[in-house]
Amino acid sequence: MATISLKDVRKDYGRNPVIHGISLDVANREFIVIVGPSGCGKSTLLRMVAGLEEITSGTIEIDERVVNQLEPRERDIAMVFQNYALYPHMTVFENMAYGLKIAGKNRTEIAERVSSAANMLELGPYLTRKPRALSGGQRQRVAMGRALVRDPAAFLFDEPLSNLDAKLRVQMRLEIKALQREVGTTSLYVTHDQVEAMTLADRLVVMNGGRAEQIDTPMNVYLKPASVFVASFIGSPAMNIIEARVAAESRGVVVAGRTIDLDHLRLHLPAVGAPVLFGIRPEHIAVSETEKVDLLLTVSAVETLGADALAHCYFEGGKKGRDFVVRLPGTRTVRVGEHLPVVLDRAATHLFDPESKKRLN
Amino acid sequence: MIARARSRLFAHLWLILGLIVVAFPIYYVFVASTHSLQTILRPPLPLLPGDQFLANYSEALFGGVGRIGGVGVGTLLLNSTIVALGIAIGKIIISLMSAYAIVFFRFPLRMVFFWIIFITLMLPVEVRILPTYKVMVDLNLIDTYAGLIVPLIASATATLLFRQFFMTIPNELLEAARIDGAGPWRFFKDILLPLSATNIAALFVILFIYGWTQYLWPLLMTNSNSMNTIVIALRKMISFADADTEWHLVMVTCILAIAPPILVVVLMQRWFVKGLVESEK
Repeated sequence: MATISLKDVRKDYGRNPVIHGISLDVANREFIVIVGPSGCGKSTLLRMVAGLEEITSGTIEIDERVVNQLEPRERDIAMVFQNYALYPHMTVFENMAYGLKIAGKNRTEIAERVSSAANMLELGPYLTRKPRALSGGQRQRVAMGRALVRDPAAFLFDEPLSNLDAKLRVQMRLEIKALQREVGTTSLYVTHDQVEAMTLADRLVVMNGGRAEQIDTPMNVYLKPASVFVASFIGSPAMNIIEARVAAESRGVVVAGRTIDLDHLRLHLPAVGAPVLFGIRPEHIAVSETEKVDLLLTVSAVETLGADALAHCYFEGGKKGRDFVVRLPGTRTVRVGEHLPVVLDRAATHLFDPESKKRLN
Repeated sequence: MIARARSRLFAHLWLILGLIVVAFPIYYVFVASTHSLQTILRPPLPLLPGDQFLANYSEALFGGVGRIGGVGVGTLLLNSTIVALGIAIGKIIISLMSAYAIVFFRFPLRMVFFWIIFITLMLPVEVRILPTYKVMVDLNLIDTYAGLIVPLIASATATLLFRQFFMTIPNELLEAARIDGAGPWRFFKDILLPLSATNIAALFVILFIYGWTQYLWPLLMTNSNSMNTIVIALRKMISFADADTEWHLVMVTCILAIAPPILVVVLMQRWFVKGLVESEK
């Protein structure tokens, strides 16, 4: 149990910077999820905390001790790998006991710790099996067990669920969360799956191109994305982001020729006529039941998901396309070509600067 | 159905014929080793084993053979075993270690060293046999086991084989071991070595036979009859004059010379095949 603190951590491969200075303070017992698209540097960041990659500059502290120069084994961490990385020639028991054996623990203590971890993970019946005789989910548990028995200062997870099938992934996700609550070990978890990120995290780190775009709770990331990238990365289907202009007298923004009044955002709007990026999530759009209509849309494609339906639309009179998505209740049937007058939830509107891509409101 | 049965019969006949062609000479050697010298020298040689089995084998093993200075075949077998084991085990240890260094460590000139090892593959032993011989003479290693074994230990082939195998080991395994606290030596001993077991077994079989059948190098390195390997002694036992050669003992020595490699292959067959076809991952 410990805190982890990153201070302006950078990583260059040769002259090629891959991590551009990330600072992060992880509280004791906190579950931090680092999420981002492939190649954003999230795994590199985790591996730097583990000590598997050297850091170019900055400091990493685990439990208030600078670990920059320490070997992985001296950092008091445990890591769960994407492909499990179990030792194929060892039984489940030996796999879990190996770290303890090296640490010089005596046999009874090893047996005790392994069996208590095995009980937690329901691995008891498999202790004498080799990894190859286990299913994917069981192997994943062994990998978790190997981390658990060490009782480390921090758990590091490197996309631990991406080799599992969808159903198992949901189940293991819940188990990991429950386990972490139970043992209370500070955790860093890397994933590219936004559902995993949202459900597991106490706080999210959304990374893009070697930068941390936003570090906040999942709900805040969803409700107040700090940049266009975060807005479009978190949430499925992605947020609609449309080029707009500030309306006369700063009353709101003009989208596809219609003025959407945004009185509550008046203070955040740039000069009249300036371009802005206007964002609204598909779930915050409703078909208008009254005279009041914000936008007129034409449906170009429909995806029926059961609980709800996604209507891909374009602006009435505008270019045909599928650039605007509306989430409708599953009970409402829509047809391609249908005209949809919609209203927008004012509390859930987002404004971004078209230059810096940063949030304005 | 009849056509099928007939073709099957034909196939079996063909296979049996092939088997006879391959096995008959060895069988005939065995038959000859159980007859007295007089029977062998008076053709035709019977096709069935004779009654001199015990006499011939005990004479060869314990009595000593005149043409090679009265050294018993037992001594020759021991020499060959020591040399073959020494070469096989030595080669495996050296190549495991060099492959480990080349694959898992980053040091200056790493690739240069790899290529130097690789290039030695291009040179047959015979090319460097004279300088090597000179070195061995200077070191006073003629007629010693060390002289017979050490120059044959370095092996580019085995090093390459282990290198290829080590490169298939996922990097995460190494990283997991590092996080578990295993240093380089423990990783080698606890993880790499057990994973290489089948490869080592396969290589051992090949190298044991390679060591056992060495001819040119032992011929150069041994002057004393008591340091001969069985293959060299076998050659020395045969004289140009037929009557001078104790053919019954030569035949016994032949059988004894091929028995240990066969034994090694048979005993390690399962591992050998496993090592060649599958890699445990």
